Amino acid sequence: MSEAPGPRRGAGEAGEPSAGTAVRGDAWGTGGAGGAPPSPGHGAGAATGAWALPAQAVRALPMLRVTEREARVWARTWPTSLLTGVLTPVLFLGAMGVGLGGLVDDNRGTVDGVDYLSFVAPGLLAATALQAAAGDALWPVMTGLKWVKTFHAAAATPLTPAQVYGGYLAWIAARLLLTSTLFTAVAAVLGGVPSWWGASAPLAATLGGLAFAAPLAAYAAGQESDLPFSLVMRVAVIPMFLFSGTFFPVDQLPAGLEPVARVAPLWHAVELARGATTGAIAPAAVAGHTAFLLALLVAGCWWGGRAFRARIAP
Amino acid sequence: MPAPPDAVGTPAARPAAAPRAATGHQAPLVVARGLTKRFGSSTVVDGVDLEVRRGEVFGFLGPNGAGKTTVMRMIACVSPVTAGHLSVLGMDPGRHGPAIRARIGVVPQEDNLDTELTVWDNLLIYGRYFGLPVAVIRERAEELLSFARLDDRRDSRVDPLSGGMKRRLTIARSLVNRPELVLLDEPTTGLDPQARHLLWERLYQLKREGVTLVVTTHYMDEAEQLCDRLVIMDEGRIVDEGSPRALIDRHSTREVVELRFRLREEQQDAVPRLDHLGARLEPLADRILVYADDGDATAAAVADRGVRPESVLVRRSSLEDVFLHLTGRSLDE
Repeated sequence: MSEAPGPRRGAGEAGEPSAGTAVRGDAWGTGGAGGAPPSPGHGAGAATGAWALPAQAVRALPMLRVTEREARVWARTWPTSLLTGVLTPVLFLGAMGVGLGGLVDDNRGTVDGVDYLSFVAPGLLAATALQAAAGDALWPVMTGLKWVKTFHAAAATPLTPAQVYGGYLAWIAARLLLTSTLFTAVAAVLGGVPSWWGASAPLAATLGGLAFAAPLAAYAAGQESDLPFSLVMRVAVIPMFLFSGTFFPVDQLPAGLEPVARVAPLWHAVELARGATTGAIAPAAVAGHTAFLLALLVAGCWWGGRAFRARIAP
Repeated sequence: MPAPPDAVGTPAARPAAAPRAATGHQAPLVVARGLTKRFGSSTVVDGVDLEVRRGEVFGFLGPNGAGKTTVMRMIACVSPVTAGHLSVLGMDPGRHGPAIRARIGVVPQEDNLDTELTVWDNLLIYGRYFGLPVAVIRERAEELLSFARLDDRRDSRVDPLSGGMKRRLTIARSLVNRPELVLLDEPTTGLDPQARHLLWERLYQLKREGVTLVVTTHYMDEAEQLCDRLVIMDEGRIVDEGSPRALIDRHSTREVVELRFRLREEQQDAVPRLDHLGARLEPLADRILVYADDGDATAAAVADRGVRPESVLVRRSSLEDVFLHLTGRSLDE
């Protein structure tokens, strides 16, 4: 990836006194600063405070400049955003895991060898991540490419359409990881995470959400309006949310539907997450589910780069 | 002619001093030869040749759909070239898009400011897209806010800004990387006269500082006011090029007499009676234009021939007349 050449100043300019600032200070305002600004790549003191460390990463990987934009927007409203992102699944966990789970445990004892709270917690974790990822991959992409065209603005700079797509996807990943981690922590406090391997469950949920968001954002980039988006939510996301082993094992499904559930990205993410929180999963299964999700992610990224280029730079 | 005498030593002359052999002071910033763009079977830009020189304001004048925006998008390294040669700042947009985009500023036809951010953050984030350090952007954003006359709106969201303010912010944003070349697509379309004049004044300011501007417009007064040199585009082709003055001298007389009639029949009757009057006669739907070097004498001759229009207006020739002569249509059609 090519780094943007920095601002250039002519040799004689840097130390010039600001005699002519009345005219020039207006637009370019060379006065005052003295000395050439650090060029990106070797910038010293580029950012301050909370943004200093991320700024290092952003310099190394240009697509993260788009991620930074999302982070700065999020930073203005993060308490609301975080609360809604974590509160909803926690409420579900209370109702399903603790409330309904009491009944299930009284009648059945365990589900797949664990109490119902421990069964449903990783399911909710992965399903919530998928749902959030789907929302982020649909309407905001329409906003960036069509309604407000912020992605077009970004692609008028050294960033390429594929980098804009990649940077936005990285933001989805970052937010998924954050909310998943918080939800896992709450679930652990409530007693829904029996194994220490559960610490890796947020990664599984994030991978699952991202593997779905990557192709979905590519699909969204090709749409002329958001009309089909609510259909996508109803026909793809909600059925997956309910029937991918989230609330009950897929072998409870009618015979014809079980294979369908097993190709849903969410089922793989749920299996991975549940394997982590319960600690009961074979290494081969971990490899298989991870490979499935990674393949989907890679294919989605390939499609996404092309779809963004087709939309931004025809 | 195009390079202002004070260009040397002004801030925007800086980039020329940078060690980039391909963009020396004399080399044109943009060169197109046979530049062509096709979408499927339709040819939107059809074999365009042009050169944009450092320090000038270069214009594309033409009606909507003439291909102006598409040429701009190719120069901006956003739209790939279908055929022909294009070089921008001495580089090939197909191979060095990011490097070129790092050194140009783009003001798109439709404002695409970030409505989720404040005025200030719009500048900050845009600077970040260029990979500029925050401290550098802060310093520049202060200057750009005062350039755009938006100092007191820095914490405002974008939505409540007026059309003129949004346009000025978009222009300020395009300058955050201190570009050598700024591309402005229809910069004043949709603005009221006052906002247009303020914007023109700001663009003059940029020009005085030696920034090269490329402007598209379908307003002939804008083209005449702003451009040192322009090309007239129609249906994807360049019809002619030159300074506004040279184009008018080449394709029109010094003055024009506009005759308006109350009834259509009266106008039709008048046409044969005005035969051989002036250099050229152009009957339009709502008026007759008589091209002549001496407008007043021609207006008197009209009366001598017994033609009695409702109104007679003598004016100087404009680019509108040039366009009409070259394409047989008026610009706003």
